[in-house]
Amino acid sequence: MTAEGGVAHPWMANSTPEAKAAMLRAIGAPSIASLFDQIPADHRFRGQLDLPPALASEVALKRHMLGLLKKNQDCEGNLSFLGGGIWQHHVPAIVDEVVGRTEFLTSVWGTPSSDHGRNQAWFEFCSMLGELVGMEFVGLPVYSWGCAIGNAVRMASRLNGRREVLVPAGMCPERLAVLRQYCEPEGSGGHIAVVPVAFEPASGMLDLGDLKAKLSARTAAVYIENPGFLGVIEARGAEIGRLAHAAGAEFIVGVDPISLGVLAPPADYGADIVIGTIQTLGAHMSAGGGAGGFIASRDEERYAREYPTLNISIAPTDRPGEHGFALSLAHQSSYGMREEGKDWTGNSVYLTTIGCAAYMALMGPQGFAEIGEVIIRRSHHAAKVLSGIEGLRIAFPCGFFKEFVVNFDGTGRTVAQVNDALRTRGIFGGQDLSADFPALGQSALYAVTEIHTADDIARLAGALQEIVA
Amino acid sequence: MTEPRAYRQASWNEPVAMELGAPGRRGLTFAAPEAEVAAIGAAEDLLPPAMRRRSRPALPEMTEHDTLRHYVRLSQQVLGMVGISLFGTCTMKYNPRVSEALGLRPQTAELHPLQHPSTLQGLLEIVWNFERILKALSGMDRFTFQAAGGADAAYAHVCVTRGWLEATGQLGVRDEIVTSIQAHPCNPATAAAGGFKVVTLPLEEGGYPSVEALKAALGPRTAALMINNPDDMGIYNPHMKEWVRLVKEAGALAFYDHANFNGVMGKIRARDLGFDACMFMLHKTFGGPKGGGGPAVGAYGCTEELSRFLPKPMVNKTASGFTLDIPENSVGKVREFMGNLHIVMRAYAWARGMGAEGINEASDISVLANNYMEKGLLAIRGVTKSHPDIDGPRMEMTRYSLGTLKEETGIGVGEVANRMTDYGVDAPWLAHEPWHFPEPFTPEAGELWSKEDIDTWVAVVRKVCEEAYANPEIVKSAPHNAAIAKVQAEGCEDPARWATTWRAYLRKHRGGARQQAAE
Repeated sequence: MTAEGGVAHPWMANSTPEAKAAMLRAIGAPSIASLFDQIPADHRFRGQLDLPPALASEVALKRHMLGLLKKNQDCEGNLSFLGGGIWQHHVPAIVDEVVGRTEFLTSVWGTPSSDHGRNQAWFEFCSMLGELVGMEFVGLPVYSWGCAIGNAVRMASRLNGRREVLVPAGMCPERLAVLRQYCEPEGSGGHIAVVPVAFEPASGMLDLGDLKAKLSARTAAVYIENPGFLGVIEARGAEIGRLAHAAGAEFIVGVDPISLGVLAPPADYGADIVIGTIQTLGAHMSAGGGAGGFIASRDEERYAREYPTLNISIAPTDRPGEHGFALSLAHQSSYGMREEGKDWTGNSVYLTTIGCAAYMALMGPQGFAEIGEVIIRRSHHAAKVLSGIEGLRIAFPCGFFKEFVVNFDGTGRTVAQVNDALRTRGIFGGQDLSADFPALGQSALYAVTEIHTADDIARLAGALQEIVA
Repeated sequence: MTEPRAYRQASWNEPVAMELGAPGRRGLTFAAPEAEVAAIGAAEDLLPPAMRRRSRPALPEMTEHDTLRHYVRLSQQVLGMVGISLFGTCTMKYNPRVSEALGLRPQTAELHPLQHPSTLQGLLEIVWNFERILKALSGMDRFTFQAAGGADAAYAHVCVTRGWLEATGQLGVRDEIVTSIQAHPCNPATAAAGGFKVVTLPLEEGGYPSVEALKAALGPRTAALMINNPDDMGIYNPHMKEWVRLVKEAGALAFYDHANFNGVMGKIRARDLGFDACMFMLHKTFGGPKGGGGPAVGAYGCTEELSRFLPKPMVNKTASGFTLDIPENSVGKVREFMGNLHIVMRAYAWARGMGAEGINEASDISVLANNYMEKGLLAIRGVTKSHPDIDGPRMEMTRYSLGTLKEETGIGVGEVANRMTDYGVDAPWLAHEPWHFPEPFTPEAGELWSKEDIDTWVAVVRKVCEEAYANPEIVKSAPHNAAIAKVQAEGCEDPARWATTWRAYLRKHRGGARQQAAE
């Protein structure tokens, strides 16, 4: 029987009665049902599947899907200042074309020759990211920045046998929640304690006094983010790295690589392991589906042998002068060693990775320098304009990259009220920080990128002026 | 009889991007900011001096057109599903391009996960609708889509197990997870990464572990069973109901890894067998693209009893619309935000395109096609199947062995896979480690590939096996028609030679000379 009253299904070549009959004939089976003899009768589902009716026609399916999707309001039709882990950057048109190529879209895991072009794109991703962060060993990406932190902290803990990680108290709550998961709850077999280090109320940078007080022989790693969740650039990275190393801990730095045309590569200030997002390198936000993370380090065996990722190495072929690519250190993954492997690996964000490679190649050194400069200037301009509105205060007015904290305490309104009012004007205000950071009062995290114009900022300011008046 | 088609892959001799371009060329530029923005001052003065980048990253300087051509050429050196790819356990099915097109629309692509739920109602409705479909297919009560792959869904189960143990005062007491050696490595690996000890059951005569072995493994320390069924050999464990009963009698949770769902869609339901939780892979069974390995979704479903431990947030339907809520005893997060909901959108579209009848028909066709393919493959000299003494049809996959071919010709499955790509079909899945059968391979026809595709695929295996007997050198030295010759991978395990980045390559293989010149 075929779906929709005998019409062969466009996605199932063998849904024609002829194909089924021919195959049954070839194997000498009386019926398709007889092929399921392995499943005991009392395992079988006998009811009717309660599914909505099929829309096998693309015309009907597209209409149905668009009907649903058009109930969304997006960041193209609205003016958005949301960031905090997923950011609205420009996605170049060719990135969409490259990612949409059927060959990339449908590759799985063939041979080094059948997957050659994809493997090269992956190697190029690792190579270009390595240039941005200043590291020689880069694994294939993991699910997200938060997952990369978890993997990196577990790497550090395996390296030095310690079971405590110091993290900034101003860390992204989403990433912190993922890290806590990877560090396991107290009472679980491999628990690693996650200890927040305070930030300076005036600068937003790490409180070095608190860091020194908390560093000890238990510290497996010190983790900082640059720029941090609250937007601030941690200017004392080198000193934090020295303190971590003096305590025998690994120094892990999380970065948004779109900043690295203007910000120092973490290797320059002593990072042992660099991690971060890949979403800002040309991935659409896709409601969070653009997330992806990376792990990089010096090319030292000590680190390389702790990577949980799949790794791809350039290698010679049988043809002199030709290059190919093959997996490196695959055996230490869960595919090679099951529960003895390093954490686990599986499907990740490898298609996104190809788009990120195309993005970095397109940008080049000058593109990264320019976008960094443009973002810094646009975000500082926006902060300055907003700080001119009565009742609004910029919490950390200096040394931020693309995000900054706007405090609304002086307006007598909550961020939720302000954002509700903004939304009616077609503006998505910054992320509400009041629940996660009560000490910051009624504050919101505003993200400004290369896509925001002076007119956009003027529109936001005008709306806020009206709302808080 | 069908013959392989003559094929020659594009071979562009394409340099690594790091060697392309020329100084000063640009692929993307950014306009000078407006006067009021420029008035803020130079970017350099807005940065802490210690954190300014001092030297430019050594990236290529390419035009937009050259970048596009480079990556299109690379794509042409990928076989993917342009040929025939019967990659077992991955269920290679068609990815409806209508969904890819929908994914690029701003209503999908330009959504921020922290938007107010009132602005995400269409997306949340899709999630809700799709959850209903998975509930119907599994009998479970709730599903989360936060896990970013099948392995991540196994991890979600480990986290939920921990949450349940914590809530019932058993964390640290029940500290073992039982699985089988045929279960996907992600099951033992995520159990261990979640702090559990792993107990692995060996295979016995029937092709699965015995009930006795399971009984011996269960006890007061057992937290959960993580198991797949059927396994990758196409064998369905008929004692699974009894297994689940024993697991629950021991006070543990039973988790069904439904990686191999394609052969049983609509035929069995995890909850009916007694399972507490299960996992579906939307990038396999539900039409999401492989993409070389994600973005993916492991949809994790469980009973009402366990749903209070699920990762946050969950989508709920209320009188005033769809909301995002935190389950009462949520274990927190396994990944940021709500998951790869753009892939859930694709899976929902696939499920709607199929409907209940289509989904049932797809599992019918998958099992029929596999048994049809088996007949063709077993007729080839050198090919045998696992557990040849087990009669009866296999499910949607069969595990084969080229052990005989290897003994008689010296040619192993890796060499055969390389040679197969010379005929425009991608290599099949072999088997997870450890290998129980020599020189294994595991194709899966699924519902997508036509009878003619299967015939062609079988013809390629036949041709390569014939070559192995008649002219082994041509197989050993393959590929010959691919973009590149056989890769010499030995150095990839040697710290002095491996290079995962161009700068490591320059240092190790070119004495760093070019790098110095570049600087």
